[in-house]
Amino acid sequence: MNARFLTLADAIAEFVHDGDTVALEGFTHLIPFAAGHEIIRQGRRDLTLVRMTPDIIYDQLIGMGCVKKLIFSWAGNPGAGSLHRFRDAVEYAYPQPLEIEEHSHAGMAARYQATASGLPFGVLRGYAGTDLARRSPTIRWITCPFTGEELAAVPSLSIDVSVICAQQADRQGNVMMWGITGVQKEAVLSAKRSVVLVEEIVDAFTPHVNGIVLPSWTIDAVVVVPSGSFPSYSEDYSERSNEFYARWEAVSRDREAFEAWMNVHVLETSNHEEFLKSLAPSLASRYD
Amino acid sequence: MTKVSQLETPLEWTSDEIMTVVAARELTGEMVCFVGIGLPSRAAILARSTHAPNVTLVYESGCIGAKPDRVPPSIGDGVLSRTADAVVSVPEIFSYWLQAGRIDVGFLGAAQVDKRGNINTTVVGDYDRPNVRLPGAGGAPEITTSCGKVIITLRHSARAFVEKLDFVTSVGHVEDEGLEQQREQHGRGPQVIVTDLCVLRYQPSSREFAVTSLHPGVTVDDVLAKTGWPVIISDELQATAPPTQEELVALRGFVATLDEQR
Repeated sequence: MNARFLTLADAIAEFVHDGDTVALEGFTHLIPFAAGHEIIRQGRRDLTLVRMTPDIIYDQLIGMGCVKKLIFSWAGNPGAGSLHRFRDAVEYAYPQPLEIEEHSHAGMAARYQATASGLPFGVLRGYAGTDLARRSPTIRWITCPFTGEELAAVPSLSIDVSVICAQQADRQGNVMMWGITGVQKEAVLSAKRSVVLVEEIVDAFTPHVNGIVLPSWTIDAVVVVPSGSFPSYSEDYSERSNEFYARWEAVSRDREAFEAWMNVHVLETSNHEEFLKSLAPSLASRYD
Repeated sequence: MTKVSQLETPLEWTSDEIMTVVAARELTGEMVCFVGIGLPSRAAILARSTHAPNVTLVYESGCIGAKPDRVPPSIGDGVLSRTADAVVSVPEIFSYWLQAGRIDVGFLGAAQVDKRGNINTTVVGDYDRPNVRLPGAGGAPEITTSCGKVIITLRHSARAFVEKLDFVTSVGHVEDEGLEQQREQHGRGPQVIVTDLCVLRYQPSSREFAVTSLHPGVTVDDVLAKTGWPVIISDELQATAPPTQEELVALRGFVATLDEQR
């Protein structure tokens, strides 16, 4: 069945439920911030979040008490510092305890590939001698039946819903993304349900160098959200707001400052357009 | 860029600047380099824009052959994808390119290192009740074991250079001879550590890192005071060549662009 065109609020209401395992993927580029904000507005709880590089949007979801477990490989604010809400949850169990399951990037990539391939586990040459392997029940060892080499095995993921951003959809609901595409294709093909946010709908795709197309029938909902990746970016549509990432350091460091910020910019705005308008002019000008 | 001849002030540099300049000098010729976030990215971009224009920069975001003209705040910046020879998916970069042995040099930062070049980027303190939760592994565990060799760069302090790591995120060298030989089939592991005080190189004979070069103005006692184990000082200890004006001008140009982006 082809993807349906929905509003963001309707797509999140229909496809993201309390207790789900959710992957909002994106590797610096094309991070689905608007979807994360909508999940917060709708008050989802007990989520297991999956992401190779959890950044500010996961920091916000954790800080707002939506998350019980995080499966990840690098949790930081690139170029700016720590994710303080993530740290507060791990170090002080605030606002609630956060269970973590951590891997290396290569391990997470292998898990996504295995899941997208319909296999029970992925294989890689990695982890030998690390404390990651000692601490994690999701890293085990297998012997190659052909060469005898010992390799790491990592289990596939059980993802209820993946949400990604792409640049464009056509009128049939096929989507196309280009630039840094990270692990988003694997995330969609790994999930039971998927939602794709796009910048715009076009009559026909123009081929792009390194472009990736996901067919409409692999996606449940397509949602048009201009700048839905802000403060991340969409190649050829917007620039990354490095200023936003730098400023997040101060906002997120303090519990009260964080909660006040989330109230004004997320809970008290009704959609992504209002969120963007609520930001300081210097940030908005980056976006315009 | 400002011409060197236009600068008349005497050469002075910060400890971070000499660290970056000296780390950059480790990249030469046509090396293919997997670039980590932060200090390594600065050094790699400096190398490519000065003495090593033919190095190939590879980023875990999937950008192969990126040619950035500024230092991006993240490894997924548009300046990397727009200037790359190819942009591939993240599963592909780790499997076809890194794991398959196509990378000569891995360039990494660290929160803590030990005398064998093991790296911690996961926690300070106990794993289950950490004093400081760090970002975690990222690409480092497999970069460390799959590249031809690894360069580590970090600021020198007793908190960073520790006798025993709180957590082994990425494996450098190990005591066990058999395991060490096994890992060398796929890469020689960490070979150089560049800090703001000195350069340390791996000595296969002792299976430890030894201080081989002191930066200008730094004494052996300075290094010993900031190293958490009785570090070996090489018999052939050298003086690090000071940064040249060309290196400093280029580096400062990049740092200025980094500030402008914020």
